[in-house]
Amino acid sequence: MNCPECDAILNIPDDASVGEIVSCPDCGADFEISKKDGSNVELKQAESVGEDWGE
Amino acid sequence: MSKICIVFDRLRSEEKMLQKEASEIGHDTVMLDAKITQVNTDSKEEDYDLGDVVLERCVSYFRGLHFTASLEFLDIPVLNKFDVASICGNKMFMTLLLKKNNIPTPKTHFSFSSQSAAENIEKVGYPLVIKPVIGSWGRGVMPIKDKDTMDAISEIRDITDSPHDRIYYLQELIKRPPRDIRVITIGDNPVAAMYRKSSGGFKTNIALGADPELCEITPEMEDMASKASKAMGGGILGIDMMEDDKQGLVVHEVNNTVEFKGLARVAQKNIPKEMVEFAINYVRK
Repeated sequence: MNCPECDAILNIPDDASVGEIVSCPDCGADFEISKKDGSNVELKQAESVGEDWGE
Repeated sequence: MSKICIVFDRLRSEEKMLQKEASEIGHDTVMLDAKITQVNTDSKEEDYDLGDVVLERCVSYFRGLHFTASLEFLDIPVLNKFDVASICGNKMFMTLLLKKNNIPTPKTHFSFSSQSAAENIEKVGYPLVIKPVIGSWGRGVMPIKDKDTMDAISEIRDITDSPHDRIYYLQELIKRPPRDIRVITIGDNPVAAMYRKSSGGFKTNIALGADPELCEITPEMEDMASKASKAMGGGILGIDMMEDDKQGLVVHEVNNTVEFKGLARVAQKNIPKEMVEFAINYVRK
């Protein structure tokens, strides 16, 4: 599928799961896999790093 | 066979490793995204598919903490417990508890306004390290070597004025080799450790590019890590230590939702498997 931001081709591995982040190799935008049904994948904008993120 | 629920908000390799190990030793797993899960005051355990035990693995501290409160409200066993997460997520609470339990920790000064912090430093002197009480990956951790730096930090904090900006956590600057030690404890037992070597700067966080290297757990490390874990309330923790030139080992941080991706590659023990087995046994007790 294509990057919603810059239209570059996004390579999403077959074993990717809902909740995983994919990054566009061209523009660097991060997307979260929100739905996955076989090869049909839906993406949403990933959350940006928050002040309380981390261990 | 048991069922283990892994709560996440960003699916990282750690959560996938936990899922894989749980499946390989014959347990069912359910992955639950905290971002899209709703709870209310009438919610019951049977409204959700949470399995026998939950591993809370949110990358956002506040999201994970509040989700844990929801899970405990539903009487679901969760690791780590709310009290442990709450204490470890706040550096001041954690430091006080370490000291209360006689665990060597750097001397730390607390002030509750910028004016009081300035007065405190006049008495204590430089250098010190300022740390935000909430926050990870080394964000906002800065060495303070003179009054100009401290004045600049205080001014910025007075402008942003978030609730935690009013809490000044000022720690002695430990003289040490350019590395620290991360020990992962599971049920108060150290299972693996690594040196985190600075990549040139003052900080040694892996998230900032520090170089991990396997560390042999000495009896002293084992004892201190175990005591630190017990002091926090147990569970699955990351105990950070520094090698102080004068005092020897000191514990400076205990982490709640421990990251283990790098260490898992080189550790002799299977860290995610140990975590899963501990979680399953936790509910069997």
